[in-house]
Amino acid sequence: MAVTQLVGAKIHRREDPRLITGHGHYIDDFTRTGTAYAAFVRSPLAHARVKSIDVTDASKAPGVVGVYTARDFKGQLAGTHPAAPAFVAEKKYVPERFPIAEKEVCYQGEIVAAVLAETKGQAADAANMIQVDYDELPAVMDLEKALDAKSPKAHEGAADNVCWDLAYTGPEVTEAAFKEADVVVKQRILQNRLAPVPMEPRGVMAEYETYDKKLTIWMSSQNPHFIRLFVSGSMGLKESQVRVISPDVGGGFGSKISPYPEDYLVPALSRMTERPVKWIETRTESIQNATHGRGQFYEVEVAAKKDGTLLGMRMTQYLDVGAYAGTFSAFQACACLMAGGAYKWKGISARTIGILTNRVPTDPYRGAGRPEATHLVERMVDLVADELKMDPVEVRRKNFIQPNEFPFTQNFGLVVDSGDYEKALDRALEMAGYQDLRRKQADMRKQGRYLGIGISTWIELCGFGPSAATAPATGGIALVESAQVRVTPTGSVIVYTGTHSHGQGHETTFGQIVADQLGVPLENIELRHGDTAEGTAFGYGTYGSRSLAVGGVAVSKAVGKVIDKGKKLAAHMLEAAEEDVVFEHGSFHVKGSPDKSKAFGEVAFASYGMSLPQGMEQGLEAVAYFDPPNLVWPFGAHIAVVEVDPETGHVELQKYVAVDDCGNIINPMIVDGQLHGGVAQSIAQALYEEVVYDDETGQLKTGTLLDYNIPGIGEIPAMDLDHTVTPSPTNDLGVKGIGEAGTIAATASVINAVVDALSPLGIKHVDMPASPDRLWKMIKEARN
Amino acid sequence: MKHKVAVTVNGRKHEHEVEPRLLLVHHLRDNLGLTGTHIGCDTSQCGACTILVDGKAVKSCTMFAVQAEGKSLTTIEGMAKDGELHPIQQAFWDEHGLQCGYCTPGFIMAAAYLLSQNPNPTEDEIRRGLEGNLCRCTGYVNIIKAVKSAAQTMSTAPARKTTVAAGGN
Repeated sequence: MAVTQLVGAKIHRREDPRLITGHGHYIDDFTRTGTAYAAFVRSPLAHARVKSIDVTDASKAPGVVGVYTARDFKGQLAGTHPAAPAFVAEKKYVPERFPIAEKEVCYQGEIVAAVLAETKGQAADAANMIQVDYDELPAVMDLEKALDAKSPKAHEGAADNVCWDLAYTGPEVTEAAFKEADVVVKQRILQNRLAPVPMEPRGVMAEYETYDKKLTIWMSSQNPHFIRLFVSGSMGLKESQVRVISPDVGGGFGSKISPYPEDYLVPALSRMTERPVKWIETRTESIQNATHGRGQFYEVEVAAKKDGTLLGMRMTQYLDVGAYAGTFSAFQACACLMAGGAYKWKGISARTIGILTNRVPTDPYRGAGRPEATHLVERMVDLVADELKMDPVEVRRKNFIQPNEFPFTQNFGLVVDSGDYEKALDRALEMAGYQDLRRKQADMRKQGRYLGIGISTWIELCGFGPSAATAPATGGIALVESAQVRVTPTGSVIVYTGTHSHGQGHETTFGQIVADQLGVPLENIELRHGDTAEGTAFGYGTYGSRSLAVGGVAVSKAVGKVIDKGKKLAAHMLEAAEEDVVFEHGSFHVKGSPDKSKAFGEVAFASYGMSLPQGMEQGLEAVAYFDPPNLVWPFGAHIAVVEVDPETGHVELQKYVAVDDCGNIINPMIVDGQLHGGVAQSIAQALYEEVVYDDETGQLKTGTLLDYNIPGIGEIPAMDLDHTVTPSPTNDLGVKGIGEAGTIAATASVINAVVDALSPLGIKHVDMPASPDRLWKMIKEARN
Repeated sequence: MKHKVAVTVNGRKHEHEVEPRLLLVHHLRDNLGLTGTHIGCDTSQCGACTILVDGKAVKSCTMFAVQAEGKSLTTIEGMAKDGELHPIQQAFWDEHGLQCGYCTPGFIMAAAYLLSQNPNPTEDEIRRGLEGNLCRCTGYVNIIKAVKSAAQTMSTAPARKTTVAAGGN
């Protein structure tokens, strides 16, 4: 048998042949015979009382199967939208949420009625004929004004607009640190509200089989097992009666983790009508209703000594929860826990306030809390450097947690597992040609040109579990991961994982791990995921860069169990003691006599035969769960070089260098691809994107891709990538996560570069997006 | 009132009666079952539905099905021949030019048109040639690499290149 070494190699993705030929299976590619199509009527107002809904004309429209309002769903669905407590132990106020509004609508886009018709066009036509009479109420849009006792409330009759208000650490240590300070820098930092915009919008198709009492849901989800849990509960069905299939998914970025109103309404419509029901989101529905990310501002103060030593930080996060608490919205408060970044601090005091407004709810969006933390700390370090007239590189070096200090317990008690921050920074500086860039910048400044160099030495925590940390935060379910490995009689291997791939390439990377471990060709291994009826009893989904570091490790553990059983059987077949049998390169042999061996395939076949050792059951399969002992902690150093045109405010991103460390690498091609995309999404936040609502009326002004400016191929620069490898001690594969790294790192490097470029004008901070409009105004003001 | 529309798609003739308001992309997906052409927006920004109409790249959400009467269309399903990938498809695979894959058919079709007009584009010309398509996963880095690599392959295999330029059949 040939020796394989696939881990670490650039292996072509196994999912690509179907995707590049038009033979992928996304949600809208499925239809069932007899399908009725759903369209939803949504509130055009941000906040209003629903006085009446007239469905007379719509009910008589051609092809209409039925028109439904909140009361039709009352007997079908129970409970309120699930909202996990996450990092917020005490929640002040979580508004009740039924999937369809009855008396009050609290954001523009909230569903008030549903139409079912024979065709998509007929459903849309009839939805337009429904007359809803509203009494408009004042919209709560401003986070600070919302905290005023006299403010209107996002929900009529509520005591206030505070969803949570929590301080993480006692102030004593931090206050002592501030007393030692030579300098204190303060800054308010905005985090623009973002729409995730996966290229495939959401969609749900459901078929309830009345006589079998079985429900099948096809949907575009990162998290099919969680959807099964929530929807079965709401519909009064057992989990075992519900099957959720999440097929090829056209991107998620966090917006396809939590359940949505349509995930309940479409199955309920199917049960009511005894027909398959299908709904596909339009892009405008997506920008209006899919959960947003960020939408925060921070008040931050940092104390430092005059030699650049960082001492303490006080920070408050003001977080726009939106009209309802998103299922995992409170997770975004982890920005507080990560605010210290890659540095050592005497004390950090952090407070998070979750504020209800009349906007669509926020929930995790690629990075979720960690991009905000990186942006905050990396901006503050640059402000300290500016105040002390030091090179921002030197301030970073002076304060890094050192390689010999890991595992390092940071200010909030989290244990950073491993790192070598200076090594990544040194490599990035070398690749960028930092000293030359500084010389070039000085020359260009003499010519009145604005070149800027920005650095981000980012770190993150990812790979959720561990169970001890996550079970209290999710309401009881510990984020571990499950895997099942089944070997067929002819030696092919089917691997089931509870994670879900929607672009990350698990079919390839998980296959690489199994192929190396079992010594069988990749072609003999099949990865299955995304169908709750297949394989693992429960899966925990894909988000938070957890799939490899938790799910991949679970797969590896299950394979280990298969090998253990194989050893027992091989020992029996070879008439040797089990402890004398070794498994190498796909074959079992007796220690010291490699000729006395049985190939993996022979043992697999024998396991289904009749000559088993006494007491051994037939078959060769195993289930494993992995509960990681800690989170994993990737890191890196990014450098952006920009030139700002002072006449137009346009930012030209001239160079982008990134050196990242995600521990051991399974497939370098996929790792680089994740970084490219992550960095692009972060550049998008830094320079281009913002969800804008009217400040008074709460009308969404960026409801299409005409107004919501996701960058095109002309806006994202080439990227120069490299890696350092610091294996994680947290798991046997030594792996960390890479899915969110680019998004966590890049806003800080880009904005630090923009501020650096404009610093001769006395500009010390720029908020995002650093659009031409914003910069042109700032430059004009600075020059006057 | 329904209208008769006859189109040749990937070399096969199809005749249907359709509503005049039916978009070409819906005709392809719902009536012809060619679901490789995707829909990503409502406003013709994203380019996921790009196909070739008489050899030219067209966003199939910008045309009514009836406007395609008598025309020859190529969709992503018509690019691979006899189990052999088109060089652009092969290049997207080789260079990791896709992740979730949803925008990919549109990009491949837009690239096919670009290379039929400019067989050896510079990076800047690729960026301008594909500015009508959006991708949320790749940061475009490997898409650019894939198109460059496909151009190189196709310049040494001219037979495939003419197939695309002619609209494919």
